[in-house]
Amino acid sequence: MQHFDIDKVRKDFPILAETVYGKPLVYLDNGATTQKPQAVIDALVTYYSSYNSNVHRGVHFLSQKATDAEEAARRGVQQFINAAREEEIIFTKGTTDSINLVAFSFAKRYIQPGDEIIISEMEHHSNIVPWQMACEERGAVLKVWRMDENGTLPLAELDHLLTEKTKILAVTWVSNTLGTVNPIAEIVAKAHAANVPVMVDAAQAIQHVPVDVQALDIDFLVFSGHKIYGPTGIGILYGKSAWLSDMPPYQGGGSMIKTVSFDGTTYADLPFRFEAGTPNVSGAIGLHAALQYVQAIGLDKIAAYEHELLQYAEAQLLTVPGLRFIGTAPEKSATHSFLIGNLHPFDVGELLDKQGIAVRTGHHCCQPIMDKFGIPGTVRASFSFYNTKAEVDALVAGLHKAVAMLS
Amino acid sequence: MALQHKFISTERFFDLILHSEITNMTINEKQDAIIEEFAFYDDWMEKYEHIIELGKELPLIDEQYKTENHLIKGCQSKVWLHADFSDGKINFTADSDAIITKGLVGMMIEVLSGHSPKEIAETDIYFIDKIGLKSHLSPTRSNGLLSMLKQMKLYAVALYNK
Repeated sequence: MQHFDIDKVRKDFPILAETVYGKPLVYLDNGATTQKPQAVIDALVTYYSSYNSNVHRGVHFLSQKATDAEEAARRGVQQFINAAREEEIIFTKGTTDSINLVAFSFAKRYIQPGDEIIISEMEHHSNIVPWQMACEERGAVLKVWRMDENGTLPLAELDHLLTEKTKILAVTWVSNTLGTVNPIAEIVAKAHAANVPVMVDAAQAIQHVPVDVQALDIDFLVFSGHKIYGPTGIGILYGKSAWLSDMPPYQGGGSMIKTVSFDGTTYADLPFRFEAGTPNVSGAIGLHAALQYVQAIGLDKIAAYEHELLQYAEAQLLTVPGLRFIGTAPEKSATHSFLIGNLHPFDVGELLDKQGIAVRTGHHCCQPIMDKFGIPGTVRASFSFYNTKAEVDALVAGLHKAVAMLS
Repeated sequence: MALQHKFISTERFFDLILHSEITNMTINEKQDAIIEEFAFYDDWMEKYEHIIELGKELPLIDEQYKTENHLIKGCQSKVWLHADFSDGKINFTADSDAIITKGLVGMMIEVLSGHSPKEIAETDIYFIDKIGLKSHLSPTRSNGLLSMLKQMKLYAVALYNK
């Protein structure tokens, strides 16, 4: 496949030219957050320097311009994930906020004592704890879809878990720790056959995999702007309007109302009913710029390049004595988690850091995964399309050095 | 003071750390000695080699104390801490499953051990910052060092208030 111009892409991200501890920055912590292209930085600067204003309120010029930009961003997101309607796109603070919204509102409307919610064993804490809270609140039962030793969710297991009491299935598309890509189409089909809606955590998928919520018939999809080259503090909840328009508001405040009196309040229509308070206007505008940037390159090309990089990294990492991967699913995306002999991931990560190489170490907000594998944490290298094979080589050389020092 | 001599060898440093020459030093003198020692390294990797060496070679805690009871809770790298109080002085021993943490733990113990509860309770630990490893005492780091320091101080304060 024809790749994009990697040198040009790297120049689009000013931070990639930085040095740390006098060494060129090798940024391999993209699972935690991605860097921002100049186009996103420019969009934020332009907003704040020329049309910063509150939205949906003022009659004045700037307010109208800001409102137009925010609503254009909503349509940009709608188009990016191919949602049927723009009011199905809710702006939130991020993935965590989106999941909390769904867990709260969905549970309040549909979950009764004794009902069941299914999550998988590989979920990020943000897709565990809100459901535990919902279960506690509603007297429901949380059931866990276990994975196998490779970090794969066995589809057949899902048949046993889905019962007449199951009200929702919440599952990640791509594991932030293991890199596993879950077969979302098959999962949704199975759940729907049992009449169960699915909430997909796309925090680690949206930047790597083309997403079409209609083709996949996804009920709810959540992601964060900052993991797809946009700003922090902006996230998306996509929900089919049939669900969202039937769910009670999550937070009360300005913007989300139709009328307010001391006798009672009526709520606004979608999407505003779920957007209480002044929204993150700059975040929405920055996210829009990020999505446009990604679209201009093409997610197909990005996915193909990242796949090649991941395979190259796998082969090179295996030259490090004693290195073993945690998460060896056949379908992986952009992430390698690993351990080396009995070296502590903190030690390895710290010695990489001082060589200018940024990786993540620890439990990656997935303590149940660490418990399953009986490990204290992993070293995680997570890649983006602006990373290069030369950076993979730098990682591998850095690991060889760290191993020599620690062994 | 012996440690303030420049270009001290690692072996010599161990000697001083492990043996009697430093027993009469105050907590701050010991901290200053460590800072002086680390001033020789301008390369990060050399600095870490030294810390790792300290971590590897210092026998820190009796195996019988490496239990849940002695584990500092809530950390991703494990740190075990044991304290003895005799003759008006506290002696700490500890261990960690992460080598860099273990090296830092070793220095922390060397600095605080052999002092009275009052001295330990009132001391300000600044050497970690001065040798460029402040991040290890950040509350978000969860490597056990900060919790260990708090535990050491709590132990001292409890004895001091008796």
